[in-house]
Amino acid sequence: MIVVNELTYRIGKKELLQGLNFETGPGELLAILGANGAGKSTLMKLLCREVMPSSGEIMFRGKNLKQYALTELAKRRAVLSQQNTISISFIVTELVMMGRYPHFEQSPSANDVTIVKKVMEETGISHLAGRDYNTLSGGEQQRVQLSRVLAQIYDCPDACLFLDEPTNGLDLLYQQQMMELARRLANQGYTVICILHDINFAARFADRILMLKDGRKVAMGTPVEVVTAENLSETFGINVRLIACEGYSCPLVVPEMISNNI
Amino acid sequence: MNKHQGYILICMMVLLIVVMMLSSCIGAVEISVSELLAIIANKTGLSETSAFKTQQAAVLLNIRLPRVVLGVLVGAGLGISGAAIQGLFRNPLAEPGLIGISAGATLFAVLMIVLEVGIFKVLSGIIGFYALSLAAFVGACITTFMVYRLATRNGKTSTITLLLSGIAINALSGSFTGLLTYLATDEQLRTITFWSLGSLGGANWDTVAGITPFIIIPVAGLPFMAKSLNALSLGDAEALHLGIDVVLLKRVIIVFATIAVGASVAVAGMIGFIGLIIPHIIRMTFSADHRLVIPGSAILGAVLLTLADLMARTIVAPAELPIGILTALIGTPVFLYIIITERNKNKI
Repeated sequence: MIVVNELTYRIGKKELLQGLNFETGPGELLAILGANGAGKSTLMKLLCREVMPSSGEIMFRGKNLKQYALTELAKRRAVLSQQNTISISFIVTELVMMGRYPHFEQSPSANDVTIVKKVMEETGISHLAGRDYNTLSGGEQQRVQLSRVLAQIYDCPDACLFLDEPTNGLDLLYQQQMMELARRLANQGYTVICILHDINFAARFADRILMLKDGRKVAMGTPVEVVTAENLSETFGINVRLIACEGYSCPLVVPEMISNNI
Repeated sequence: MNKHQGYILICMMVLLIVVMMLSSCIGAVEISVSELLAIIANKTGLSETSAFKTQQAAVLLNIRLPRVVLGVLVGAGLGISGAAIQGLFRNPLAEPGLIGISAGATLFAVLMIVLEVGIFKVLSGIIGFYALSLAAFVGACITTFMVYRLATRNGKTSTITLLLSGIAINALSGSFTGLLTYLATDEQLRTITFWSLGSLGGANWDTVAGITPFIIIPVAGLPFMAKSLNALSLGDAEALHLGIDVVLLKRVIIVFATIAVGASVAVAGMIGFIGLIIPHIIRMTFSADHRLVIPGSAILGAVLLTLADLMARTIVAPAELPIGILTALIGTPVFLYIIITERNKNKI
């Protein structure tokens, strides 16, 4: 699905990503972990074709990402970013319909309308349909944006979905719902690539985890393989304690105190 | 566009036709609606009847009709460019007059006339009346580009910088115009006043022909950008993810919007607030969907300017008010209203 080969990105002399190699396939939920400034967002931007690599290449469905037309790519991958504010206020249904924009020219087809309706039911925002987006709470806005993104690739079950810290700003219930949804989509065949801060979420829901530090790969593998005290201390620069928990295949991660005099 | 939006646009068109007829009939020489229709039918060869006076026909065809048509064109140009620029800047306060685009266009046009630049004379020789439109367009383009570069960082436009650069450019243009009044001859002075207050008084079929292409092209082209402008309101990156070539889109919109503003300024001077209030009224009354706002702003802009011009030339008849004064009188309260609602949303 996505093959990343010696991917490097630099601004001026600063290398934000250095010689990254990995691949991910259909039906996989890949979590990207790393400290602030480790290059997670840069990697996401490269994978979404927002920026072009300085060297190396990204193959998407066997074809170099550079060779895709933007409209072609838009039908096969969708991105949920952290930015939720919009400048001009739209009704929720109109906003979700924007996800179908790559699929029609001037007027949405009956199929587009059906998809928007279905997605809104699945994400539980049907009751918000006629509301003004800017009057919604942060959590509701996030779910509307999620619906828009899902609508974009709804009828392409082998598409790729990028989530940039999707649990940010959500409460415990919505965080859990969001991650379960991501898992379900991967089970349906979507490739889901997800930047996360919560190691426990990553360990619980991801098939594999990619850990980044200073633009380099620290480790990549299944949660059981890579969630170790050693890897985490190298990635985040903090000592952690791993606590086995019933019903979890992977131990829970709890950070140690950094200073003693609190 | 859905059916609902189609009906709204049709209603707006009907309103525009009514206003155009009204404006054609009212004035020093009165023409009734039936006489108006008779003149049109006669002159287009539809009927042989002549149930009107020759004087009425002469006034209508040589004075009133070109003025009405010019008002429609200028209003449509200002309305649609206002809507497009607000979409581009992702800011409901962006307006060609307010952020200095009209001022930039005016400055170039006035410079060309007063200083009688050699290149302008050559241009006039080649393309005649289009030369002034072209000069205003270049001025509008340069200012839009400057304002955009000043106010936009990482794809986000700062309202404060946007308005501040507007103030700066308006002040610069004002000071240049002031300077030019010292250099100008009597005749040129009148031209400068005309430009800074706005008027449709110079309307004739030549001016109409001069700006028609510069208005028709943006009015026909911009509605095709409506869907992309909707997506752009999500953010630059989000629009890109939806398959939109954001850089190209922005360039095309700047060119279209500045063509329309430049042409309007070239024939009618600075007429403020049309581009600000019309899109806002449509967003508040119907929907923020650019598929409605863009074409709707063209039609309602034409309606408002035709009405304003009708008032401008009848209120103090036989004298005439500069139309810019009227649009500012209507526009300022609306502008204040927008500021207050935006403030309440903590956006400024």
